[in-house]
Amino acid sequence: MPLPFNILVLVCLLYVIFLFAVAFGADKRARHGGATWLGNPLVYTLSLSVYCTAWTFYGAVGYAARSGLEYVTIYLGPTLVMIGWWGLLRKLVRIGRAQRVTSIADLISSRYGKSNGLGVLVTLLAVVGTTPYIALQLQSVTLSFAVFAEQGVSDWAGGEWAGGQTPVDLSATALWVAIGLALFTILFGTRNLDANERHNGVVTAIAVEAIVKLVALLAVGSFVVWGVAGGLSGISQMIAESPIESWTIHPGRWAGLTFVSAAAFLTLPRMFQVLVVENVDEEQLSTASWAFPAYLLLISLFVIPIAVAGLAVLPKDANPDLYVLTLPLYYNQQGLAMLSFLGGFSSATSMVIVASIALSTMVSNHIVMPIWLSVRPRKEATVSGDVRHLVLSARRLSIGAVLLLGYLYYQFSGGGAALAAIGLISFTGVAQALPALLGGILWRGASRRGAAVGLIAGFVVWAYTLFLPSFGDTGIMSAKMLAEGPWGIEWLRPRALFGLGGLDPVVHAVLWSMLINTTAFVTVSLMSFPSPLERLQGAQFVNVFEHSARARSWAHSGAEAEDLLIMAQRTMGADEAQSLFQRQAVEQGKDGYLPDITPDFISRLERELSGSVGAATAHAMVGQIVGGASVSVEDLMAVADETQQMLEYSSQLEAQQSELTTTAHRLSEVNEKLTQLSIQKDAFLSQISHELRTPMTSIRAFSEILREGGLDEEAQGKYARIIHGEAVRLTRLLDDLLDLSVLENGQVQLNPQHEKLSLLLDRAVAATSSVTEGEITIRRVREAEQTQLYTDTDRLAQVFINLIANAAKYCDAARPKLEIRVSERPGELRVDFIDNGSGIPVESQGMIFEKFFRLSDQKAAGGAGLGLAICREVMDKLGGSLSYLPGQGGAAFRITLPQAS
Amino acid sequence: MSLPREPLFLARQNYRLRRIADAARGLPWIGMVLFMLPLLAAGQGRNDTVGWLIFIFVTWMVLIVIAAILSRGMGRNRIDQGGNEKQQETGREGNP
Repeated sequence: MPLPFNILVLVCLLYVIFLFAVAFGADKRARHGGATWLGNPLVYTLSLSVYCTAWTFYGAVGYAARSGLEYVTIYLGPTLVMIGWWGLLRKLVRIGRAQRVTSIADLISSRYGKSNGLGVLVTLLAVVGTTPYIALQLQSVTLSFAVFAEQGVSDWAGGEWAGGQTPVDLSATALWVAIGLALFTILFGTRNLDANERHNGVVTAIAVEAIVKLVALLAVGSFVVWGVAGGLSGISQMIAESPIESWTIHPGRWAGLTFVSAAAFLTLPRMFQVLVVENVDEEQLSTASWAFPAYLLLISLFVIPIAVAGLAVLPKDANPDLYVLTLPLYYNQQGLAMLSFLGGFSSATSMVIVASIALSTMVSNHIVMPIWLSVRPRKEATVSGDVRHLVLSARRLSIGAVLLLGYLYYQFSGGGAALAAIGLISFTGVAQALPALLGGILWRGASRRGAAVGLIAGFVVWAYTLFLPSFGDTGIMSAKMLAEGPWGIEWLRPRALFGLGGLDPVVHAVLWSMLINTTAFVTVSLMSFPSPLERLQGAQFVNVFEHSARARSWAHSGAEAEDLLIMAQRTMGADEAQSLFQRQAVEQGKDGYLPDITPDFISRLERELSGSVGAATAHAMVGQIVGGASVSVEDLMAVADETQQMLEYSSQLEAQQSELTTTAHRLSEVNEKLTQLSIQKDAFLSQISHELRTPMTSIRAFSEILREGGLDEEAQGKYARIIHGEAVRLTRLLDDLLDLSVLENGQVQLNPQHEKLSLLLDRAVAATSSVTEGEITIRRVREAEQTQLYTDTDRLAQVFINLIANAAKYCDAARPKLEIRVSERPGELRVDFIDNGSGIPVESQGMIFEKFFRLSDQKAAGGAGLGLAICREVMDKLGGSLSYLPGQGGAAFRITLPQAS
Repeated sequence: MSLPREPLFLARQNYRLRRIADAARGLPWIGMVLFMLPLLAAGQGRNDTVGWLIFIFVTWMVLIVIAAILSRGMGRNRIDQGGNEKQQETGREGNP
């Protein structure tokens, strides 16, 4: 009973929906601050399995059928890299975290003086190297679909999958798969511009897929060994009788492929993404150092048995690359075939998803952002416009573009070549980044020029000897050129460079490209003199374990903290930027959101930004505000080894000193505040006597007039009104004072009750309608205000009313507007009141919450300067806070309230 | 003025950790030599695919087991240190 094709499609769709649900669930869990799967070393290990693509799942068996045991070299290389993690990977991961690296292009660009040119180079290399690989995944999914489609129509008939009349349109399948993958990747890969580019949803889904493919391959393998061959002795008998037994080891390929796979394991964009960027801590790496080799071992355990069985049982013309699928079908094991299909599907999709995330990050950070920055005028570029939105759109578009490229490649290449061939070509291509990568983290002398020349040379040699000839003689290179070299120059033959013929093409290409690449890299590095920034970065990378201090690249700056905050908000998102600035301010012993602009702070900010847009772009963005990069002499001293020891000694002194400085800073701030308070106290006394006396004087005067009598009705009424008005003012003032003293002494009684935030705001807006009507437009988003509150709502309403009335009174815009923005964070509710006036000058921001503080002496406003002081006390009593929020383009106040869990 | 950067002799636990790290650094090189052993047979024209298959997989498994032991040993020694290393790191992070 053959499996209907429709059921296959249905199962496939259900599986995809399941993956979406897994990714969605993990994302949601992470956002609500729950324990994330990401921290689990096993999830990390499983996510590394994006190394095993459809090339592994289907291709390894095909490879084994063609060249025997050689297939294991592809897994031996990564095994050696993983078990040697202490020496190399640990350093790479530490650097990745210390420098907030977003991709391999970012790492190389950042190491060599934040050079964007290198970033572009590595990005191009990665795109060219990865596109065929993505095409290969699309092809494998399509072929596996075709196997089922054909079987559904004519039963199993010799595996004529390519030439026969298949009922499904292969290229349409590939297109749908590509679209589906693009959708998934965009949904979960570009959800946030997270500081460290970690993707909970994606990684969790990938981990699930890793289990599916392992289980599928083990199931097919066990079926072959115990179901078909009848046990271990049976299978070794089968191997001994099969053509694989006559396989002889090819020394060049054995060593060469082990090397290339190890190199590619480090440099493939998708591997770098899961290995370094998505890494959370080094414990994960420690576990993965043995668990991932074990995964690889299990994956390759049954490859030979399956290949042997396929060769023995299936017809001669059956495609060995599909044995994993066609063997179960041959034995009419529909369920197993289905599992195997899902395994292949998982391998292909997980690779495409991670690769397109990695590539899109590179493309948007190293190509789109620099172009955008250079097109926009200076300074304006970073201060206006929503960079966040731009980066995300750039990434989404890049994902689409990468998948489109893969699809087009699939279309034009015709999907003919054996699976393994494309994989190795791609591996060799991306391995060209290895010298620049290793040199960058191990050798201080590696320079930008050296890296660039090496990369270009390696890339050209690879393209010339392997990539272009892979299109066959119908492609860019003619048969004549392949055989005799360009213009008949014998020593330039693409497959026998410098007359070294008779080698396997891949080994030949690996040998020459790596040799020329490394030689050029080392030679040019030795001859060139790097820039200061480059040397600093070099020291930071190579000695990452010794001093984890940050690069101090901005010596002095006239940058405005507020400008930086605005830019940071646009790039990292308001929340993260504000909390970063606030943290820094607290560290400096300051209050509020605006820290002092120290070189330390700027380099810290730059690093945080580079987590979102890459080191080179972040450097350029900060540079536009701060103006000109400069490295001071002290910074260079840190680079020199001779002074290192001295510096370390003095760094202890420095730490003590900086502690003292912080304390002094704090003290002087407190002192200043005390002085101001004392002045205020005097002012308060004179103010209060003045405030009390003025109405008193008029009351006395008018009541004397009234007492003398002899006034007409109208005048009597008028004077009585004045007396009454003044008395009311007096009462209000006394009420306020009383209120404040009660609040300050903590004798206040709170009456908490349940009320919806939107109703409360309605009340506040209604209560202020006499002052706001026609004066100011209030904008609210009702959907955000649906939170249920449990607090003293009357007190809270009092605060709201005060803030709204203040905005109405003091907003000096031509068309005053007040925006009330409500947002929820875990454990707290925020209500921001933002108007479009000129805001509060920085020097007054610290004082506005003090008693009797008035921004201007305009009595016209009528208040006594107690409103904000009362509001702050009220919010304190309610367990929340009221603070001024700078950098919002007007006066902005933030109210936070604790939220019951 | 020149202060020694690191003490000459280490406490037992640190010493152990260093030696485990040494072993971890050496392991891939041993693995490489073992994995390249089949090359020696290439010249002799013998075909023993099943034999080499078993050799490769057994070597592979042994390497995995050793890596697991080293990884665990490293974790244990680091925890025994009382999280010193971590504290030091965060300290540095906080005070540039």
